[in-house]
Amino acid sequence: MADVASALPVSVPLARRRGALLEFSRQQPLGAVSFVVIFVMMFAGLLPQFVAPYDPLDIDFAQILGAPSWEHWFGTDAFGRDIFSRIIWGSRTALVIGFASSFIGSAIGAVLGIASAYFGGRIDTWIQRFVDVLLAFPIIVLALVVVAALRKTVVYGVDVNLIIAIAIPIVPRVARVVRAAALTVNVMPYIDAARAAGYSDQRIIFRHMAPNVVAPFLIMFTAFIAQAILLEASLSFLGLGVTEPTAAWGLMLSGNAADFYREAPWMVIFPGVAISLAVFAFNLYGDSLRDYLDPRFKV
Amino acid sequence: MQAETAATSRAGPAAPLLEIENLHVHFVTSRGVVRAVEGISYTVNRGEVVAIVGESGCGKSVSALSIMRLLSKPAGRVARGRILLEGRNLLELSDDDMRAVRGRDISMIFQEPMTSLNPVLPIGLQIMEPLLIHLQMDDARARTRALELLQQVGITDGERRLAQYPHQLSGGMRQRVMIAIGLACNPKLIIADEPTTALDVTIQAQILELMKDLSQRLGIALVIITHNLGIVARYADRVNVMYAAKIIEQGTADEIFGKPAHPYTIGLMRSVPRLDLPRTKRLETIEGLPPDLRDPPAGCRFAPRCPFRIERCAEPVPFLEIGPGHRTACHRADEVAAGKLVALAAPPAPVAAAKTATAKSILEVEGLKKYFEVQIAGQSAFVRERATVKAVDDVSFTIAAGETLGLVGESGCGKTTVGRAILKLDDPTAGAIRFAGIEITHASPAVMRELRRKIQVIFQDPYSSLNPRMTVGEIVGEPLGVYKLARGAAAQRERVVQLLEQVGLFPYMAERYPHELSGGQRQRVGIARALALEPSFIVCDEPVSALDVSIQGQIINLLEDLQARLGLTYLFIAHDLAVVRHISDRVAVMYLGRIMEITDRDELYANPAHPYSRALLDAAPVPDPRVERGRMPRALKGELPSPLTPPTGCVFHTRCPIAGDICRQQVPEVRELKAGHIVACHKA
Repeated sequence: MADVASALPVSVPLARRRGALLEFSRQQPLGAVSFVVIFVMMFAGLLPQFVAPYDPLDIDFAQILGAPSWEHWFGTDAFGRDIFSRIIWGSRTALVIGFASSFIGSAIGAVLGIASAYFGGRIDTWIQRFVDVLLAFPIIVLALVVVAALRKTVVYGVDVNLIIAIAIPIVPRVARVVRAAALTVNVMPYIDAARAAGYSDQRIIFRHMAPNVVAPFLIMFTAFIAQAILLEASLSFLGLGVTEPTAAWGLMLSGNAADFYREAPWMVIFPGVAISLAVFAFNLYGDSLRDYLDPRFKV
Repeated sequence: MQAETAATSRAGPAAPLLEIENLHVHFVTSRGVVRAVEGISYTVNRGEVVAIVGESGCGKSVSALSIMRLLSKPAGRVARGRILLEGRNLLELSDDDMRAVRGRDISMIFQEPMTSLNPVLPIGLQIMEPLLIHLQMDDARARTRALELLQQVGITDGERRLAQYPHQLSGGMRQRVMIAIGLACNPKLIIADEPTTALDVTIQAQILELMKDLSQRLGIALVIITHNLGIVARYADRVNVMYAAKIIEQGTADEIFGKPAHPYTIGLMRSVPRLDLPRTKRLETIEGLPPDLRDPPAGCRFAPRCPFRIERCAEPVPFLEIGPGHRTACHRADEVAAGKLVALAAPPAPVAAAKTATAKSILEVEGLKKYFEVQIAGQSAFVRERATVKAVDDVSFTIAAGETLGLVGESGCGKTTVGRAILKLDDPTAGAIRFAGIEITHASPAVMRELRRKIQVIFQDPYSSLNPRMTVGEIVGEPLGVYKLARGAAAQRERVVQLLEQVGLFPYMAERYPHELSGGQRQRVGIARALALEPSFIVCDEPVSALDVSIQGQIINLLEDLQARLGLTYLFIAHDLAVVRHISDRVAVMYLGRIMEITDRDELYANPAHPYSRALLDAAPVPDPRVERGRMPRALKGELPSPLTPPTGCVFHTRCPIAGDICRQQVPEVRELKAGHIVACHKA
């Protein structure tokens, strides 16, 4: 067989393991930009006291509804609190709730989806009817009901029930998409080959199926971080999420911010921009991460 | 020069219909410019059939798409050249003018009849559409014309058919509808891109006969793009052979097949097993792979794979005329054409140990049945009815240790289902499968786990049979780890390298992902994975049908070598009779879930006892125009019946040329004509 091999073109193995970050930004420039945005958000969220110029709860009646200036970059609100500092502290709330609820929701959804596709039959039917029931409720309504039913349970300054309320509507949506992806993987010849080799269900699911549904999973996961941030903002806006005086983006849009939008438009503009930017960055990052992780897209 | 040709082409009917001059097509990709077509020129005369032959990626489809100006934008563009239709340069037409040419003057038939018709429109509307648009017919006249067209392409019962949707028609029917659409406006030229590749042999013959007949009767020129030399030999008047973006040989079919002057042409013809010649021990193959079109070699592009390579081959090759209308791009064309350089690289001698086919059977299949329950649309839209498809119905055969049993049949005949039952991927409805004496249909998981090591599989599609997220090393090494066949990481790596070398791959390829390899290399990885468990029996499910002809030969030789060296037993499932004949010791022919005939390879090809076997052999094209013209016009009549409602009695009687009353009433007994020749036919 050596003669066959020698006739094939010899090429140098690719240089792998270059700086992963460098490699990522070379292949996915947009992803790199969104990563920077997320990184800045995370930094601000983790160590707000070093970034924020003021205490977000500091009330200064001398500065009520102050326009953006050198002292207060984004202006001040109706209590004279610094909006820039509140946005920075608010990113902590957004990130913790966004990440935690999206992770919990997507993970449960993915497990349900893959199990549904792989085992099929009765298990599939039961899981899918359950998913149907959950899907019948609009996201915001479902979250509202859960928040109202569970009341508030604060652990380490985070409302756990708010996270659960946001995670639950995510579960059926991820389960649907992951099941669809897993169904197409399930009929691929390489899964048959794994069955023909006598591998266990566990190995086939985790080694052969899961990596091939990672793409839709990652997309859903990152998209739902953005959704969760929005949902948290909406719930807070409706008075069911984070409550005053905690700094949270949705909360900053609600209440008297709406009353003063003529006199002090910065009160709504900057939190709104922060929400949009975060949502946009997570969506973009999810897209490029999917492309980057797929070996078929690699040069 | 160009002005001169343009002037002559306008001169009169003697001028060619289509002239392609020095066409260059580029695709701009993120990894560089791919020169998909480089400087090809050919002509098509009125009413003539011209074939463009080549392997995948050689630019044959791209050159055809650029005639229609249908290159995918913005990546693809015609960089240089002219395409003259009756002297008019199509590349200079405005988009509106070009739209008028498409469908009216030139029409195109694609490979996939499944996807080239719109599934939500009735076929009548799809046939009438070009008439309404291009010829401004009114509905009534278009409808009359559509009926006429259906009749022309051999579809009876036109009135009813016009209202049907594509999914209600079989593959062959759909391709007929595509041809009807192509013919609708009386085009001057039809371009058919692999028109029969997706069809079964018997249907393929029907469609090709139809196209040839229509082209002669209506005087339509036909450009057939194909990789199948048999089709070319039977139907083409002139042939262009393409390799790596260039035409490397051009001439009449007789010249090309009788006096091929390019080593690649010769290689292509030699690497396909042929039904009309005695079976050779090994296939001659063209080793290696085609060049990368982003950076092709400066000289002859075939040189790296050419057995007659000399130093001069590194220099650019002129495309020289060596006979009337016969041109080739080879420095040694004279010697090749004169037959001085006939011997290709002597195929490596098979490993000494001959096949040790013993009488001892390793696999016995007895009365195997596999029924599928399906839902079909019932009378009302809300009621669904259940129906049973008998995918495999009472199939029995045995395979002796060390032999190869070929299992042939058309798509949907149940051959793959038989393979899946043996692999225990599907549980059969009834019947027994015994492997080395052990009944596997009811084997316990523990017994099955041991047996799985012994029964392995090689799949058809080398693209989807490897997990894209795993490297080649992981794919081949995984079974070693699961079954603890290698102790420690080092031992496992060593074994992986050994396995890769055994199938003709390089050790460094263990680091690669499947998508970084070519189709042939991937199929080798699939073989290495199967061998990792040290099986004694391998189900090969169409292992070469997705590969290019020159690669097919390599894989077939590899399978034969491995069988000789490791004493493997194969169940070789395929639809290509020539390939099956080459590799099998015995052959089983299936039709609609039943075995029609099982016999020795030589016996089957010399004296087929079942009319279906005979029809299959007749339908398979042979790559030699002189032989082809001498053969009877064949083409089995009719379509494959729906497996939902199989015919009563003998399932083949609806298409059988010798069927009698008894065939319609009684299922024929499986009987032994003589020792080892089993047939299921009343009349055999």
